[in-house]
Amino acid sequence: MICLESISWTAPGGGFGLREVSLDIPAESYAVLMGSTGCGKTTLLELLCGLRMPSRGKIRLDGQDVTHLEPRQRGIGYVPQDLALFPATRVREQIRFPLKMRGLKDDQGLVDELVSELGIGHLLDRLPEALSGGEKQRVALARALAARPRVLLLDEPLSALDEGTRTSAMELLRALWQRHRLTVLHVTHSSAEAAALGRLRLRMDGGQVTPA
Amino acid sequence: MRRPFWILLIAITAGYLAFWFLLIAATAGFSTPQAWMQTLLKPEIRYAAGLSLITCTAAAALALLFAVPIGYLMARRDFRGKTWVDAALDIPIVLPPMVVGICLLIFFQTSLGRQIERLIPLTYTVAGVVLAQFVVAAAFAIRTMRGTFDHLSARPEQVALTLGATDFQAFWHVALPTARRGMLAAFCISWARSLGEFGPILVFAGATRMRTEVLPTTVWLELSVGNLDSAVAVSLAMIVLAVLVLVLVRATGERV
Repeated sequence: MICLESISWTAPGGGFGLREVSLDIPAESYAVLMGSTGCGKTTLLELLCGLRMPSRGKIRLDGQDVTHLEPRQRGIGYVPQDLALFPATRVREQIRFPLKMRGLKDDQGLVDELVSELGIGHLLDRLPEALSGGEKQRVALARALAARPRVLLLDEPLSALDEGTRTSAMELLRALWQRHRLTVLHVTHSSAEAAALGRLRLRMDGGQVTPA
Repeated sequence: MRRPFWILLIAITAGYLAFWFLLIAATAGFSTPQAWMQTLLKPEIRYAAGLSLITCTAAAALALLFAVPIGYLMARRDFRGKTWVDAALDIPIVLPPMVVGICLLIFFQTSLGRQIERLIPLTYTVAGVVLAQFVVAAAFAIRTMRGTFDHLSARPEQVALTLGATDFQAFWHVALPTARRGMLAAFCISWARSLGEFGPILVFAGATRMRTEVLPTTVWLELSVGNLDSAVAVSLAMIVLAVLVLVLVRATGERV
């Protein structure tokens, strides 16, 4: 489960911040976080990833205090809004990246399994610049899942997709969540996405998270 | 109202470029191709050209070695005193070239400098030519690499951290491959700067024929004995090299 205990964070310069945010997301649940632009949703995900350090409070994942752990030690898969594919790396290497960084061999065929599951076998030799929005999104998901995360954080992952692609992408997210038994925190502005995917719906307002 | 304004700007640009073309054309038309070839085939000129190519390449490679980590640090991290560090990195650009040479000469007379000279003799040597070229070229390479990393999103590197990479692995496997065009541009710019470097080399490495003589030194030596044809021929060769570097840099998509 994801547990935030009175997390506070202040932006450099002090203008913006999160104050005493507490949050509990049960294991293997799909939580959707909504809120107005600039309310701190992305900051919250970055705090969970370890890309930002809170000034106060604790972050626990499956009961383990990860507040001071490096991002690579947290077991989190992160798909940011711009997907952040590595510009100079082919799709095959993007998906193998987490295994390579940990010095692991793909004995169980994890990469092949993800490639088949996400239907991206024909994209493996391409660079990100040669992918469509929907293809990029699938590659970013495969790359995040190749790290075998216990928690998947999605920052408006469907915002750049057209209506038809978005519907199939929502089905894909639901299937991945169930098949990989993930705990998901999905940030979105879309009420339709929240209604379709969210088993737990949350709203962020004034630096606080409350049930929607 | 706007048209005369834009016509004025175009006229200023055209006038400036025409001035440069006239300068180069006048230099090119000063003597004959036969005279150029005769000059460029002289052993001392061939030595200077060869030494220039070697030392410029070594200085540019060395500059890149420092520019990549410094540029990455300045683009990616905020720290106390960063503005001052940023200004300090530009010191070689604003210092008069002769002063850079004098600083080098004096430093290598200090006790620390002498210790270094025991390991690698630098004053009045070919290694000194490389060092004199490096100190100025590195500042330009650092500027270019910082600009490159500033323009690249840090997000892929951040995602790499969540995927199991250390800071170094994210830099090595994600940032560096993405910045390869900027690295090529930084190398070319520092190479071109090194090719034109004269003041620090003259003061620190000297102008000894067939020893520490590089192309700018040749121009100066030939001018000082009144051999204008040779000075012009070598200058034209340097103009051709500089234009080739400019074309290469533009082809990489980076602005000098």
